[in-house]
This record gives sequence, C-alpha cells and structure tokens, in this order.
Amino acid sequence: MVKKHVEVGTTAVAMAMRQINPDVVAAYPITPQTAIVQTFSQYVADGKVNTEFITVESEHSAMSACVGAAAAGTRVMTATSSAGLALMWEILSVASGLRMPITMINVNRALSAPINIHCDHSDSMGARDSGWIQIYSENSQEAYDNVIQAVRIAESEEVRLPVMVMLDGFIISHGIEEFKTLEDDEVRNFIGENKPKYSLLDIREPVTHGPLQLFDYYFETKRQQADAIYKSRSVIEEVSRQYEKLSGRSQPIIEKYFTDDAELMIIVLSSTAGTAKSVVNELRKDGLKVGLIKPRLFRPFPYFELAEALKNVKAVAVLDRSCSFGAQGGPLYIEIRSALYELVQKPLIKNYIYGLGGRDISLENIRSVYSDLEKIVKTGRVEKPVSYLGVRK
Amino acid sequence: MVSLKEIVKKERKLSPGHRLCPGCGASVVANMILWATDDPVVIGIATGCLEVSTTIYPQTAWEIPYIHSAFENAASTISGVETAYRALKKKGKIKENIKFVAFGGDGGTYDIGLQALSGAMERGHNMVYVCYDNEAYMNTGIQRSSATPLGASTTTSPAGSVIPGKLQKRKDLTYIMTAHKIPYVAQGSISHWRDLVKKASKAFEVDGPAFLNVLSPCPRGWRYDSKLTINIAKEAVTSNFWPLYEVENDNWKLTYKPKEKTPIENWLKKQGRFKHLFKPENTHIIDEIQNYIDNDWENLLKKCGLQS
Ligand SMILES: Cc1ncc(C[n+]2csc(CCOP(=O)(O)OP(=O)(O)O)c2C)c(N)n1
Ligand code: SF4
Ligand SMILES: [Mg+2]
Repeated sequence: MVKKHVEVGTTAVAMAMRQINPDVVAAYPITPQTAIVQTFSQYVADGKVNTEFITVESEHSAMSACVGAAAAGTRVMTATSSAGLALMWEILSVASGLRMPITMINVNRALSAPINIHCDHSDSMGARDSGWIQIYSENSQEAYDNVIQAVRIAESEEVRLPVMVMLDGFIISHGIEEFKTLEDDEVRNFIGENKPKYSLLDIREPVTHGPLQLFDYYFETKRQQADAIYKSRSVIEEVSRQYEKLSGRSQPIIEKYFTDDAELMIIVLSSTAGTAKSVVNELRKDGLKVGLIKPRLFRPFPYFELAEALKNVKAVAVLDRSCSFGAQGGPLYIEIRSALYELVQKPLIKNYIYGLGGRDISLENIRSVYSDLEKIVKTGRVEKPVSYLGVRK
Repeated sequence: MVSLKEIVKKERKLSPGHRLCPGCGASVVANMILWATDDPVVIGIATGCLEVSTTIYPQTAWEIPYIHSAFENAASTISGVETAYRALKKKGKIKENIKFVAFGGDGGTYDIGLQALSGAMERGHNMVYVCYDNEAYMNTGIQRSSATPLGASTTTSPAGSVIPGKLQKRKDLTYIMTAHKIPYVAQGSISHWRDLVKKASKAFEVDGPAFLNVLSPCPRGWRYDSKLTINIAKEAVTSNFWPLYEVENDNWKLTYKPKEKTPIENWLKKQGRFKHLFKPENTHIIDEIQNYIDNDWENLLKKCGLQS
C-alpha cells in the first residue's frame, strides 16, 4: 500500500529512518540537517523506533561512535551538513578503511568561510575521495528512496562500505513536496536483517579492528578497498532494480532525460536537474534537440554510462555546484571530461560553476546555458571552458 | 581482595611479545586494569605507544576484542560500542555481560581527546576510561602535553639556554573528571598495584562511567634506567606528586597516605628530563614545584576531610 505525504524533505528522510529502525543513531545538530535528528529524536521519545540514539557532543564523535557501533555489529545511521561533515573528515576514511557499513545523510550546505547555511555541494564534494559511496538525490522522493537503498548497499557482502546520501539543503530539505512511502514491513523485508561480520561483541572470536599497517600491508588493504567500491556499482544497480519492483520507481545510476536524439546536453546533480527538466520540456516544444543527464551516483563514478550517453552529442555543459579551487573546473566536470577521453568523437564541453552558497539558479540561467551550447556548436569552439553562472561581475 | 596467586591464574588479555620498550609502564597499567574483571571485556585504544606497539599487522597482542580508530576518539568510539551492546541486549540478541574500556595516553586524553572524553562521561555510558599518563606525546617522540610537569624538558619544550623546559604546570585532569559527577573517578599508580586493581574493579562494577588516571612511567621519555620503572612510580606517590585517591559519588577519599613525604627533588634527580633544573640558575624551579605539590596536597586533604 502506497502512502502519499506532503512534507518537507527532512521529514521524508526521518520517515525512511523510522522505517529502517536502525540499532544505533549518533548525530549532532547542524542547519539544514537538524530537522532530521529532531524528528528522529521524537520517534525515539514516542517509542516509534527502538533505536539507541547517542546525543554526541560533536560530529567527530558522531562518526567515531558510528564506527564503534558498526564494529560491534549493529546497523548504524547518522546525518549531517557542511561544517559537521568537515569535522568528521578524519573519521570518514576510518569508516571506509575499516569497511564499516554506515549510512549517512548529508544535507548539502556550503562550507565556511564566509559562513553560509544554504546549499552548495562543497561539503560532500570535498569528501569525494574519502572512500564512501556517494548518492545524490533530486527531490524528497529520491532522498527517501536512496536512504532505504543505501542500507542494503552498504551492508551487502561484496561491498561493506559506508554510503552517503545527499539532498540539497533548504531547496529540498525545507521544501514541501509530495512523496510516497512504502509500508513499514516492506522496508524491513527489503533491507533484511543486518548480518554483522567480525563483531567486537563476539567474545568467543576476538578480533583486532584497526591495526597498524605499514609499507608491507597498507597498500594491499587500500587496493582491496578500491576494488570494493568499484564493484559496488553492480550491487547498486541490482538493489535499485529490486527496489523498483517494490516501489515502481526506477532510479538508474544516471538518469537520462530526452537524451536519445539530443545534440545539446546539460549534466547536473540533484535539485537543479528538476529546474533543468522544465527548460528541456519548453525548448523541446520549440523543436530544439536538447537533453539532460542527472548522475545519481558520484562515487563510484559512472564513467562508462556517461561516455556511452554522450558519444553522439555535439556539445555538453556540466554544471557544478562547488568549486575545486585551482583545478581545471568543478569536480563533476573534471570527472566527465575524463570519462570522454576514450571516445573517438568527443563532444565539445563546457563547465559552469553555479549556485554557490545557495545562489538561486533560474530557468533563465538554464536557457542561457543551452543557447551558449548552440553557439558553441555553430562556431565549433569553446571559448571559455569554465565560467560562472549567475554571479555578479 | 585480589591476590597475586589468583591473578597469575587469570586468562591473559594482553600477550607478551608486544613491542613496547622494556620497562614501559603502559603494558603494566593495561594488565593491572584488565585483571580487575572476570567478565569479557572489549577494549578501544587511542593512537599512541600502547596502540602502535600492540597491533602491528599481521600480529596482535590482544586476546580480547579490540578497536583502534584514531587519536582523539577512544572515548566516543567505545561509547558507540557500548551503545551497540545495549541495543542488542535490549533486543535479546546478546546474553553475556560485557565490559567496555577505553585507553588513551595523556595526549589522547588531556589534550586532543578531552572533548570526546567529556562528552562520553556526561552521556553516562557504562564504560571505563583509563588514561595511562606518561606525561608527554611519547609515540611521536616525546613532545610536551598538558600533562607534562613544570620544568620537564621535552622535544617541544626543550631545556635551552634561555628557556628551562616546560614553563607551565600540568593540568589536573582527574579533578576535571570529578566535576563530571560520574559514579567513579580515581587516580592510581602501578607501584601500588593492590590499590590500582581495587580501583579498577570498582570502576568496572559501577553502573555508569568511570575514569581512572594512572601514572605510566616511560624510561625513554623521562630518561631513567628501564629497570627503575616501579621505583619511579612509587616515588611519584610518596612525594605527593601523584596522590592516590578516589571520588565515589562525590565522596573524596585518600586511598594511600605516605608515612613520610619524600622531597620532590629526589624524584626529579632520578630523571634526565629534569636534569637542567639542577643548574644553579634553575633550582628555584624545584622550589616552585615543591610549593605547588604541597599546596595541591593540602587542597586534596581538605577535599578528603583530612588534616595534614
Ligand atoms: C589528529 C592527530 N593528530 C596528531 C597525531 C599524531 N600523534 C599520534 S600519537 C601522538 C601522541 C600520543 O601521545 P599520548 O596520547 O600521550 O600517548 P603516548 O604515545 O605518549 O603513549 C600524536 C601526536 C595523530 N595520530 N592524529
Ligand atoms: S616511548 Fe615510553 S611510553 Fe612509549 S613504549 Fe617506550 S617506554 Fe613506553
Ligand atoms: Mg603520553
């Protein structure tokens, strides 16, 4: 039985957490994530979950407690944003290096300074090499769906890695939207029982977690970790196929919107894809061959899928909601350019940095990107490979 | 009361053959604490000498479940493990009574891990936190910490021609922990093993968090002959530099009173880290150290309802 709700995005996430009913949650408040832990705390207080909620004194301790609780064989979740994710930094790589299947929701918010509470992707993009699987959500529905799938992905035998699910701060976290939820038992059956490995609480088989590995073993351990995240791609696909059967909602690794015959393509993550889709609809009415790709996965990065989807395109605009200071463009752009390298016939490609610190991205902004692409195709040249969208001079 | 006879019969939790320096106090601290309970124990250790020397992959000296995560988070990591235990116990998925203990050096406890420790204690986890205090960052090469005593020469507070070692007094962490109003806080020394094991067993038995601060002499960092470890620990107690006391539910109790106080000068003289204090231009620092020890001792006696 499908239930419809009209609520803010943080409630969609908290509802997913209630249905997952993790053994342990350790979290610390930060805007715009706070509403998730508040709503969840109420579930705990009202006995709607039997989770042990650790009200840690910092995000560093939140992630540390998550690592401890996961090593003790329990199902563990947390949520954060921006400075909170930054404070967890050190322990993010401990979590992935120790292969702890933790699920974390990161409500995207800009990093300081200047301090800012609104959306951009600088927080999670900064964590892109921390060894976590990263999934981006366009709206509340996707955030709900991704959180449930994340638990299955993280705990799967072949993966055993932490998963970070992103949604856009304020735009989605505080925006009221309609979304559908599954039944509690459907969610519980879908995620199944947590089957811990090498639990610290297994006192008959004592294990040492986190030993010192120097030049003689460290490299092999890291190589195994690299293989695991690489192979997680097929698990992620299988989990979304099974989830689709349950929910009726398809969530491919990259979402393609009017891409079959598209000559001009925008690639963008998260909520901006929603804005861009309406521009595509509009321009398609005018007969323009425009399309849109929204990667759902950022780690592992869907190189092959993107190269395949872009091989017949004339010009591509990649929209990045974060800056990789001193790099040749934003993180998404850099990855996509690399994905295209093997193509015999490469599309022209341009990068736009947009929306930093929550700067609004309008329909007009998106239209201007498609019209830039038209010009690029006409002249056969990209004059400025990286430019800024919606910034004052 | 524990007897040595019983102790030697106990199952080993930390194996010999680890790579701590000969004469290192840290493994003695760990063993004495772990003797104090017959329940299964899960241990978490902060980055530092005790951690690196006992878990060099592919070997481990630990015969009990062990986790190391990072330098400043032994308390928060074990708080997660302990919470996981409660979650599973509630669901009937686990039957045994398990104890949880976190170990951190003075760096991992007084300094970088103070916040995580304070948080874990305030939240009331059923865990024991043990600081093995060797009064500096030994693992990284003897740098000063806030536990390093006044006047000690370390690699970041070296005695030079202008500056005579560390200029600041040590932080009284045990006192800070008593302000957390947790069920049990105590200070112990490996020289007084009966006292220490008793404190550790109380710490394991109380319902809620317990904190133990144990002096852990380090022959390398303190610069003394490694066979003197226990003597050095003992004189730290008899000089009142490291008094033995416990605070149980806000009740202060001195657990050992030296028959005769030994002058701090004698203790300092045995350790290379204080050598420069004996130069004529620096001897006033020895007086200063003696003064503050006497002062702290008076205050402690008052808290314990005693008179000198
Ligand atoms: C965040 C962080 N900062 C610094 C270090 C480097 N480091 C590792 S152990 C250590 C000192 C440990 O000192 P202490 O806690 O007193 O333990 P000891 O080695 O003296 O037993 C330092 C500075 C680290 N591992 N992590
Ligand atoms: S340096 Fe000191 S604390 Fe570290 S192992 Fe050696 S004696 Fe022990
Ligand atoms: Mg130390």
